[in-house]
Amino acid sequence: MKKKGVDFLLLLAAGAAVFLLIAGLAWIGVIGEFYLQLISTAGIYIIVSLSLNLITGFTGQLALGHAGFMSIGAYTAAIFVMRLGVPLLPSVLLGGAMSALFGYLIGFPTLRLRGDYLAITTLGFGEIIRVVLNNLEGITGGSAGLKSIPGFSDTGDVMLDAIIKFAWIFVFFAVTVAVISNLVRSSPGRTIVSVREDEIASTSMGNDVARYKMLSFTVSALFAGIGGGLYSALFNYLNPSNFNFLYSVNFVVIAVLGGLGSITGTVLGGLIFTFAQEWLRVLKDFRLVVFGLLLILLMLFWQKGIMGSKELSITRILRRILGLGGKKE
Amino acid sequence: MDLLLFLQQLLNGISLGSVYALVAIGYTMVYGIVKLINFAHGDILMIGAYCGYYAFTWAQGTASPGLAIAFAFALAMGISALTGVVVEKTCYRPLRNAPRINALITAIGVSIVLENGARVLPFMGPNPRQVRIPEALTGVLQFSGLTISKVQVLTLATSIALMLVLTLFVQYTRTGKAMRAVSHDQQAALLMGISVDRIVSITFAVGAALGGAGGVLFAMNFPMIDPYMGIMPGLKAFVAAVFGGIGSIPGAMLGGLVMGVAETLTKGFISTKLADAVSFGILIVILLVRPAGILGKATREKV
Amino acid sequence: MSERPPVLEARRISVVFGGLRAVSDFDLTLSEGELVGLIGPNGAGKTTVFNLLTGVTPLTSGEIRMRSKHGDLVRTDGKKAHAIARLGVGRTFQNIRLFRNLTVLENLLVAMDHLRKTSVLDAVLRTRRFSLEEEAFAARAVELLAVFGLDGKKSFLARNLPYGEQRKLEIARALATGPSLLLLDEPAAGMNPQETQELMRLISFVRERFSLTILLIEHDMSLVMGICERIAVLDYGQTIASGTPEEIARNPAVIKAYLGEETL
Repeated sequence: MKKKGVDFLLLLAAGAAVFLLIAGLAWIGVIGEFYLQLISTAGIYIIVSLSLNLITGFTGQLALGHAGFMSIGAYTAAIFVMRLGVPLLPSVLLGGAMSALFGYLIGFPTLRLRGDYLAITTLGFGEIIRVVLNNLEGITGGSAGLKSIPGFSDTGDVMLDAIIKFAWIFVFFAVTVAVISNLVRSSPGRTIVSVREDEIASTSMGNDVARYKMLSFTVSALFAGIGGGLYSALFNYLNPSNFNFLYSVNFVVIAVLGGLGSITGTVLGGLIFTFAQEWLRVLKDFRLVVFGLLLILLMLFWQKGIMGSKELSITRILRRILGLGGKKE
Repeated sequence: MDLLLFLQQLLNGISLGSVYALVAIGYTMVYGIVKLINFAHGDILMIGAYCGYYAFTWAQGTASPGLAIAFAFALAMGISALTGVVVEKTCYRPLRNAPRINALITAIGVSIVLENGARVLPFMGPNPRQVRIPEALTGVLQFSGLTISKVQVLTLATSIALMLVLTLFVQYTRTGKAMRAVSHDQQAALLMGISVDRIVSITFAVGAALGGAGGVLFAMNFPMIDPYMGIMPGLKAFVAAVFGGIGSIPGAMLGGLVMGVAETLTKGFISTKLADAVSFGILIVILLVRPAGILGKATREKV
Repeated sequence: MSERPPVLEARRISVVFGGLRAVSDFDLTLSEGELVGLIGPNGAGKTTVFNLLTGVTPLTSGEIRMRSKHGDLVRTDGKKAHAIARLGVGRTFQNIRLFRNLTVLENLLVAMDHLRKTSVLDAVLRTRRFSLEEEAFAARAVELLAVFGLDGKKSFLARNLPYGEQRKLEIARALATGPSLLLLDEPAAGMNPQETQELMRLISFVRERFSLTILLIEHDMSLVMGICERIAVLDYGQTIASGTPEEIARNPAVIKAYLGEETL
């Protein structure tokens, strides 16, 4: 018990330190506003990719429509903020809840089935959502999109605003990591992983496999929706065509790059992906060709990604640095 | 409901559906044998469509229209088959024993490369191109109030002919029988001395050739082509394959027709914009009601 | 033997796969505490019987009743596999089906998850209730592992265990569900005679210790004859004989179908 308490404080301190470091570097001008925005973008990508990793990496069910869930969260949050004047925090959470609801409704028929059906259905669902958003012109602005969505803050100071954006996203990022890692390292979480390992064996041990898939998928949709809500406030603009199939693929790539079934891997993968995508812009039209080729090469030669299904133990590293020692498992 | 309009849309739907059916066969054959959703198959349609475009452009001044059309199909099917085989050998084969998810992501990668590769190739490029259909094929036929374009007649004739040839091939030739054997039980087929690698390659070639032919037909029916044109028909053809029962060739044909008819009826009677949503709605309904598809068999995992 | 109450009754159960009757009008009654062997040639339908009893494969016809936790017999045909497991049916698999990338300990914990009283929210928030329950589960799991001599390897990934220990782990995992009826599908497959002997002693031990009723599929005749009280012989999906080991050994139909020219 005591060890756990110390670990919790260590992680809290580490999180605060990372935040203060980045925010401080931005404040004194070492990190420019552009790169801080990029880090914030990476934060959102990581949140959505973590949610994808829960269903795909930990539960073993490929989902190809997370952009759809993200767009539900994004539009819900934006509409609550703009049309109903609801404050941002509850709006983002409502966006997540709406996305979770859709996740539940989609998952219910499909998760009972084996194999690639979730992949196909989520893909189809993502496309339907896009068509619907395009056609609900009165509410979503249709293909013209939603413009001038209020952001996290408006202080007039560009740098301060960028830091506030980063702070919001960092807090949500930390909560996402905490929730998902607590979930997967618990009794229900292990059962979720057992579904990936062997559905029939898990069922035969008394576990309602469909229910656990639903749990995983709904939680996944929840965080994807929250990521979407944050997206709307970060970019202040939404367009259905942003949330296309290729956008969904990005999150799959991040999760695979980092390692399916690895939370720390996803965090690293998200950072690398976001920066690489930015730097690949110099390739102009060739960018997506190179992106596709990298994806193929990654799958052919580096299937496990950065971390495989292992985790980087932050507490162990900190304990070693601080000389606290720790019981070896 | 206007009966004439209904019949007209039904006719249009069958014509469109026969193209979906051709493409769906490629999905279903590949899935039947290597259990892979070949995401790049829609882009094979795009490649076929570009081949058709070049053939027609070339034929504009030189050859007879009949020759141009034959050339278009030969070129499209040949190049598509080649692409399919190369992709299979380089990208999918090394992953045959890897987790399915890896192969699926690879297929997505291939799709991205094909689409965006087409965008940067100087002779293809990102801008849409107008297909100029040989003059002999323009114009319509009328009978008792219904209109059918010559292109639609050709579409139906070609796809029926190709499906017939395919069925005979799969049913009666040695290779076709080997394909069915591999699809049924890869291990047993291997033990019977069937070269599984060869059969997989042939399956990809045949599937892609049909997809390429579908591309030419698609380009004649909707004469604007661009590098991303394969995505939507590809997805719909995939839904068609699932609808009919993935792994089943007659199922893919039936599914294609249903998808085509559903699409044209939605356009005719409900809303053009919602046609795509209806296609995916069908997918979700079929998964709810009969997940193995109309003509598919439920498979059991061996315990 | 008949005074002991039944824990399982299967009446004329059948299943048809694409025209083939894999199991045909199979009858079986298991009384409390019995150890019954199910034998038969390859492809006779033994594993299919297990899948029918555990709900992994739905029946085509017939009825299955099992004793519930309240002591009465309830219909289980048509129930989902996980619901049947929760009635107290644990099983192992012919071709080992462990959670390969989970640790030895986690394999058992997964089998105990259906006994969990705390909610997912407790897990996410790491409440005290949650921690206490996790510790209690882990303690029970380690205790079980000790019975199989696997407690020293609790942090190993299941896939890294040697074959014989994987078989044992499967039994331990089945026991972790808290069963009263245990179905073992060729538990000694691939083991050498010495390992088989040890395993048999272990099975007898856990049977006493956890007061189990056991149904066992086995190929090794000497083993089945040695420990089972009653044996049912299956061929082409039908029961061709049942009785004590001695009766089975003398039954001409069994000798013909199962043993061929071999004699015991």
